[in-house]
Amino acid sequence: MKSLILGTAALALSAGMGLAETVRLGTEGAYAPWNFVNDAGEIDGFERELGDELCKRAELTCEWVKNDWDSIIPNLVSGNYDTIIAGMSITDERDEVIDFTQPYTPPDPSAYVAQSADIDLESGVIAAQATTIQAAFVAEQGWTLVEFATPEETVAAVRNGEADAVLADKSFLDTVVGDDLVMLEKTEALGGGVGMGFRESDAELRGKFDAAIQSMKDDGSLNELIAKWEVSSQW
Amino acid sequence: MSCVETIQAYAFRSLGIGERLLPRGEYTLCEHFTLIGSGLIWNVYFGALALTTGFFLAVALAVGKSSPNPLWRKPAEWFIFLFRGSPLFIQFFFAYACFLSLKSVSSFFDPFTSAWLGALVVLFFNTAAYSGEIFYGALLSIPKGDIEAADAYGMSGWTRFRRITFPTMLRLAWPAYTNEAIFLFHATTLVFFSGFPAWRQQGDALYYASYFADKTFNPFVPYPILAFYFILLTLVIIAIFGAVNKHLNKHLPQERRRKFRLRPNLIR
Amino acid sequence: MFSYCTDPSTLEGLSWLSCYLTTGKHLNLYISVVVVLVLLAITAPVALLFGFGAASAARSKFLPLRWFGKGYTSIVRGVPDIAFFLFFVIALDQAFEWMRHKVKCPDWDQPIRQGIDFVVCDAAKLPLSASPQWVHETYGFFLAVLTFSIVFGAFAANVLYGAMRAVPRAQIETAEAYGMTTRQAFWRILVPQMWVYALPGLSNLWMVLIKATPLLFLLGVEDIVYWARELGGTKTERFTEYPHPNWHVWYFAALLVFYLCFTKVSEVVLARIMKRLTKGQATAGGEAQRKAAA
Repeated sequence: MKSLILGTAALALSAGMGLAETVRLGTEGAYAPWNFVNDAGEIDGFERELGDELCKRAELTCEWVKNDWDSIIPNLVSGNYDTIIAGMSITDERDEVIDFTQPYTPPDPSAYVAQSADIDLESGVIAAQATTIQAAFVAEQGWTLVEFATPEETVAAVRNGEADAVLADKSFLDTVVGDDLVMLEKTEALGGGVGMGFRESDAELRGKFDAAIQSMKDDGSLNELIAKWEVSSQW
Repeated sequence: MSCVETIQAYAFRSLGIGERLLPRGEYTLCEHFTLIGSGLIWNVYFGALALTTGFFLAVALAVGKSSPNPLWRKPAEWFIFLFRGSPLFIQFFFAYACFLSLKSVSSFFDPFTSAWLGALVVLFFNTAAYSGEIFYGALLSIPKGDIEAADAYGMSGWTRFRRITFPTMLRLAWPAYTNEAIFLFHATTLVFFSGFPAWRQQGDALYYASYFADKTFNPFVPYPILAFYFILLTLVIIAIFGAVNKHLNKHLPQERRRKFRLRPNLIR
Repeated sequence: MFSYCTDPSTLEGLSWLSCYLTTGKHLNLYISVVVVLVLLAITAPVALLFGFGAASAARSKFLPLRWFGKGYTSIVRGVPDIAFFLFFVIALDQAFEWMRHKVKCPDWDQPIRQGIDFVVCDAAKLPLSASPQWVHETYGFFLAVLTFSIVFGAFAANVLYGAMRAVPRAQIETAEAYGMTTRQAFWRILVPQMWVYALPGLSNLWMVLIKATPLLFLLGVEDIVYWARELGGTKTERFTEYPHPNWHVWYFAALLVFYLCFTKVSEVVLARIMKRLTKGQATAGGEAQRKAAA
């Protein structure tokens, strides 16, 4: 029902503004605190607030779209939405197929979480989400890697003893450490900063968002948002 | 790396033999084909073992379900209903959770949380339930005359089952059973996709296909390759099952033999 | 939903549960149940239609048509549905947009494929990027229906093809003896009689179709399993008013019950249809029915 009402509002708006002005923002909705679905069933989180603010500054009508992580880039290049704003680190591999804005958060280190702080990573079993930069990193080190389909399962694996530690983004692991799990001091600098992804043929739109990010960096509002959601260090 | 070297390095990567690191940087077609083909080993392993072991349980379930004794019939009915009525991924989920908690009870269950055994057990139960239903349907449609003739020859009990009921059941069920085998091999792609964790990047064909799709961001190359492999696999299954079917029907007159081949999906 | 739900942390027991189960997110779960049921209701007849078309094509005397029918059935049946879903929807979407592009923007001078990018003119976008979200969702829904129908149409074609050949040859010969044309014999004799042979296979297909719905999320439709996974995950109080540990077991148990019930209902309904169809047919089942009535 809600999407219906939002939809008609967007229709009314876009009718007055001409066709090309609606920008569709693709996100995953399963990666707190960056983006997640709140109790009301709407997309919420750091990137929801950031995206809405950027759209306001760039004077665009924006619409949020949820998409599975695995197919988020194929659907972008195929034109099903216009930009990815989903906690996506800027990596060389990704940069070859899509274009990024300047990063809106500094690199977020990856961290380890385990049941006790004195585990030996080299002889232990390290869990990571399948086909992430963390998984690739563990494999490169020659450690024993075990991959799960979702981040939730990687943490569960440490809890139930299937794995000795989990390697993931620090901001995500911050949300899971508690009485039973501790974060190791060792961190790994894996990804670059997080930016918005665009089709390479869409330089104009990218320019608009890039300028909006710059303006948020300049007036300090980006830092406020980062602090509010505790997603990374500040600029 | 030339293609021959790639094959040497990755042909058995899914079993942990060969190059430790998966290909990076350039992703050639040769690497696609080699690695996805290597993953196919696991699909064949799961499919073939679950099918052969499941066959025996399936026969037992079919006999149980058609038994007049509720002590046999009820468990068989429930088993078949439970495994036919729920999606495979839910079965994987509960099996994995169950094996995990059993593990803390006894170290006997340690290997069950690995895909090679745990997923095999689930697939074994699953295919046993589906085939059991097929065999049950076939048992019901055994011509009455065949049984009566066996009685007239003085056969009963085990002899009658072994010499008359079982072969006829198999013959009637075979076309549908072929389909079940195809479905089972397709279902093996779910093992690592949502179910069991992949250790040391050793996974099945779909695991490597999605590895490539994730790295190249182009789903139009790895998944069609995966599809190609599975079409080949399906053709092999059909060929093998066709040969068995021929064997099962060899005593029938030509005319009737064809008639049985014409009704592939009556039961499944 | 309820007025007492404003501060869930003060609630306990049933009243907490009643609030928890009526959050907007849970409503999405309930909506997705309806979506899945509607999708099944549309997909089943469409897939049957595809299957009928392909089965008729496979019987055709016209060679290319026969190849098409047989090729479609054997290729699609050979591929695991999951592998198909992972790339087919995007391909289908691009194919539609490409066709619209050719029609709507004939004087477009840029290439459609720019590297990995797929760029068509704005007017050719499906749906137009300015369309409201529900249009996009409906479009995604119909793409999913189409993909499901193509996959299951191939299986249905295989079943119907077998059923058409199972109708006793004598029936057709009698029809021809009465002076019916091939077409008349096909529509008046073969088609009405084939269903009783096809139904066991089709009902099995329906069961497989029900159990393929967890794959809907790959097609961009938020199905029950997606929401169950999402809702069941661990929730800390930072992001929700209803924090809870990992409850996947409960949500999946609910799904299990849902699927089992759905299967049971389907079995009962299909058994009734079978009984109706058998009536008056020249089969063992029909004979038994006739004897029982007499």
